[in-house]
This record gives sequence, structure tokens and C-alpha cells, in this order.
Amino acid sequence: MATEALRGVQTPTTAEPLRREGPLRRNLTTTWMVAVRELIRLRRTPSRIISGLAQPLLFLFVLGAGLKNVVGQNAGAGFDYIQFLFPGIVAMSILTSGLMAAISIVWDREWGFLREMLVAPVSRASLVLGKAIGGGSVAVVQGVLLVVVAPIIGVDLSVGSFFAMLGFLLLMAFALVSFGVVVAARMQRLESFQMVMALVLQPMIFLSGAIFPVRRLPEWLGVIVRFNPASYPVDAIRRIVLPGSPGLTIGGSLLPIWSEALITLGFGLAMLTLAVRLFSHTD
Amino acid sequence: MIVRGSVMVLRQTLVRLRFLLWDQRVGNPEPAVEVDGLIRRFGSFTAVDGVSFAVETGELFGFLGPNGAGKTTTISILCTLLRPTAGTARVAGCDVVKQQGLVRSRIGLVFQETTLDDYLTGSENLRFHAVLYGVPPREVRDRAQPLLEMVGLASRADHQVRFYSGGMKRRLEIARGLLHAPRVLFLDEPTIGLDPQTRVHIWEYVDTLRQRELTTMFLTTHYMDEAERCDRIAIIDGGKIVAIDTPAALKASVGTDIVTLLTNDDAAARAQVRRVFGIDGDLTPEGLRLDVRDGEAFVPRVFEHLTVGVQNVNVRRPSLDDVFLKYTGRGIRDADQDAVAQSKARMGAMARRG
Repeated sequence: MATEALRGVQTPTTAEPLRREGPLRRNLTTTWMVAVRELIRLRRTPSRIISGLAQPLLFLFVLGAGLKNVVGQNAGAGFDYIQFLFPGIVAMSILTSGLMAAISIVWDREWGFLREMLVAPVSRASLVLGKAIGGGSVAVVQGVLLVVVAPIIGVDLSVGSFFAMLGFLLLMAFALVSFGVVVAARMQRLESFQMVMALVLQPMIFLSGAIFPVRRLPEWLGVIVRFNPASYPVDAIRRIVLPGSPGLTIGGSLLPIWSEALITLGFGLAMLTLAVRLFSHTD
Repeated sequence: MIVRGSVMVLRQTLVRLRFLLWDQRVGNPEPAVEVDGLIRRFGSFTAVDGVSFAVETGELFGFLGPNGAGKTTTISILCTLLRPTAGTARVAGCDVVKQQGLVRSRIGLVFQETTLDDYLTGSENLRFHAVLYGVPPREVRDRAQPLLEMVGLASRADHQVRFYSGGMKRRLEIARGLLHAPRVLFLDEPTIGLDPQTRVHIWEYVDTLRQRELTTMFLTTHYMDEAERCDRIAIIDGGKIVAIDTPAALKASVGTDIVTLLTNDDAAARAQVRRVFGIDGDLTPEGLRLDVRDGEAFVPRVFEHLTVGVQNVNVRRPSLDDVFLKYTGRGIRDADQDAVAQSKARMGAMARRG
């Protein structure tokens, strides 16, 4: 069998060394490939897309419908609760799937593929960057799929505000995946995953203003909300999708949307740097 | 068949000759692996205790030892996954500490555990690997297809790896390990847990590749027949190299043949042999085992003195298992069973988690 296959096989011997690409090109293509791999995997596991949509839709229609009459029109300037909830839910979906995408590093570690990447002659930074871009794109795909329900609940999205929102979703996804990689860098087992969900993801969602308005919160909660890096993109997305929303204030003054973009970007870059550092010291 | 066989041999000789000439032109050929006084400690425990050896280019080098003997630690250092506490190691002409990146790009690794992405296809896994090792797309096209054909996966290349059998995954990993034309390929228990037929096939491929690419192979195994294929073998025990030579020389170093007598009363036969020849035999399920010089000459002499009836006599030269036993006090197969049990436990744990 082997000899059959041999005839007609022409492979070079070590006497003619294989041409190799330089380190820069190798690292760049690695980043690209790691990112593309995330999207390939998403396409091949449709169940992930469905379960990624189920939770936000449940929140939107069940929680939204249930609390709509309790909250009345008090949620924000002239929007009902479901409409108020919508941008929060889109952001929540980014939070969840972004963090999940990053946690897939632990999955890779468990199933060995991480080792294939870590023993290769590429820098850890190019691997982490690829993961952030790929995981971020996966999260944005999930978030954008939710936009389909906007007309059903009476949210009017102009083309301009859709793209502004898309920009923020990308920024937020990138920041969240980087944050997730920091969390995952030292995680050895998938069991720790439950802990991350309970101690990181859920508090981040609840304290971001995604589910309820943060304006009339008790003062101590308000302080925590302002320390939560997710609050800023959530607020920005809401103000883009629902023009006239009150918006986050710090020390009584309203934050402009561009400053919220800067905060998110800064947080993302800081987390990415940290993630690269942490990853360079694991084996 | 004969014609094809001789053509293969001729071809192999020519390739080797060309390689020799080429190397001589360049200068003194450097060993593929060169280890000098390697030490690695974990806290107060010394896993590798002053190991030195060299592997020649093109050699199939077997690295054997019981579990916990320092095998994995040594390989991890050679693959730049672990730093040595002291000593030096050069792989493919580069220092594993100072030239980590260069070493990595010149070696290939096939681990015990699979490191494939289940949701990618066979050829996607290869392409991913090529990117990691900087093999340009044009070269990948030239190399991937022949390699896939060689390991018999060409027709399944576009299937996702999760639909592959264990043997197919292993073959894909070997093909992947060779994709970037490494100078040294590390095979850490490459056939563990596979059925005998798949193992034979994998070895056919490995031999073919060795002839074709002259890749140096650094192998760890618990299978005696695989160790037998090696050009040279090193046995490590307690963090030290206890023996290093060709399989034939190692077997000769045992010095005695193994005579097994199945008698009507093995215990009585054992007492008689001890009284007459001063040799302590071992009672085994196969009969009375005697380690003696020149077994063939010993048999007629033992027959003269035995009063119990003999049912069966077996004389054999020492095997690598006997070599292993002599230097480490354990059989290869004992160690193998440990390893299989470990790998089963790991799989079970994974299945439960999944």
C-alpha cells in the first residue's frame, strides 16, 4: 500500500531545503488564520448560533413583555421597556459570545490544538491577536443577527445608526474577547467556566445598564456601574439605536459618545496587552 | 516484487550517497541532536540528571525508559517546551535555549495526544500548520497532496477530522509533522493505543519517509518491535542514560541466552539445576527460565542431569525486552501497560467532561 502510494510521489529531500517565509509574514498570516478558524468553527456548529440567539431573545420577549407594564413608560424618554431593552440585549449578546469565544482557548487546551499553536515558531502576540479578531467577529455576527427583530418591536434603525452601532459592536467585541483571553489564560480546566459565568459575565451584564436604566440606582450601585467597562459601550449603543436616551453621566455631566468609544478602545487595548503578556508565560 | 524491491534499495543507497557527498562538501556534518550534561530539576526532584548523547543525521533513534525515568522531560527540553536547569542541547544545529525560534521551525512533533482541530478538515489542519511554520502556499500545494496520499488520506482530506478514526488522526498528524520538512521529527509514542494493523501501516509510512526525506527521527515507544527498528537505542532510567547502542549490540550485552524448560515438576528441576550447575532459575508460567551462556550447548548437558520428565525446551537469544529488564529492572511491556492504562484513564476523563 505504501509502495503503491510512493510511485509518482515527488517530495524534496533535506538536500534541497524548503523555502520559508520571513517571521513578519508568518506572524501576520498566523493572526489571519487563527481569526478565520473561529469563523469556520462557527459555521460548522450551527447549534452555537441558535443557542447564542436563544438567550437574548428570551430576555427580550419574555422579560421585556413581563416587565413592560410594571416599568411603564419610565424606562427612558418615550420608549417602552422592550424597546429600551433591545440595544441592551444586543450588547449582552456581544458580552456573552465574546467571552465564550475567548474561553474556547481553554477548550483548545483541553483538546490539544492549543499545543499545536504554542509549539510553533510564531509569537504569542500573533495568536492572541488572531483570537481577539476572530472571536470578536463571531460575537458581532451573533449580535447583528439580533437586529432582525428591531422592526418587530418598533425600533426604527436608519442605515447610518446601523453602521454606527456596528462600529460599536466591533469595538466592544474586540475589548470583551481580549478581556476573556486574560481570564482564560490561566484557566486549566473547563470546570472553571461555570465560575467565570457566575462571577464575571452575569455581574457584568446586570451592572452595565443593559437590563435596567442606571439613572435612578442607589448611589453605591451607580459607582459600581461606572467602574464596569461594559457600561460605556452599552450606553453608547443605546443612544445610537434610541436617539434621545438619557445617557451616562460622570459627576453630573453627560459623557459624549466619542469618549465612550475611547474608553472602550482603551480598555480593549489594555486587556490585549495584558493577554499577550499572560500568554507569553504559559506553556 | 523483487525488481521493485531492488530498485528501492538502489534508490535509497543513491539518495544516501548524494547526501553524504553533499554534506562533505559543506563540511563536517553536525549531529542532528547533541545533548551535553543536561540537568533538569523540579524543586528538589532531579528528573534529568546529567544526560549526554548525540543523534546522527538521518538516524532513527529510540529513546526508551520506564515512566517517570526522565524521558518526557528530556524531549520537552529538546522541543524547547522546557528550559534545562543546566547543560546544553543543540537540535538541528541550534541551541534550544538561545535559538528557540530556529529550533522550533526546524523540528516536527507528533505527540501522544492528538493536537488536531476536530472541526477543521484534514487539509485545513495541514494548511493551518503550514501557516504556523511559514511554508508558502505554493509549496504547501506541492507537498500536502503527496503526503496525504502517502498516509492514505487523500480521499478523506476534505472531511472534518472529528469523523476520522484514531488511526487516521494519527496518520494525519504524522503527515502534518512532516509538512514543513523538519530536520528532526520527534515521535512521542506515535502508535500508542492503535490496533496492530494500523501500527504496521504507520511504520511503512515512516520508513518510506525516512528514505525519501532523510529526516532524523527521535522516537519514544513502549513497543518492542518498534524499538527493534531503530538504528540506535538509548535507555534512560532514574534520569540517567544507562545504555546506548544498536539493538544488536545491546542484545549481545546481555551476554546470556534464555533457556525455558517445561517439566513435570519445575520446582524439583530448579533445585537440581542449582545443585549441579550453580544456576538460579526463575519459575514462570511458561516453565523454568534459565539465563545461561551458549544455550544450545547447555541443553544436552542439563538433560543428562535432570531426573524429572521434560515436556518442552525453548532456547532463545535475548530480546530487547531482556535488555530493558537488565538495565531498568522492568520489562518494556510492563511499562507499556502502565502507559495504555494512563491513556485510557485520560480518554475516560475527557469523555466524562465532554
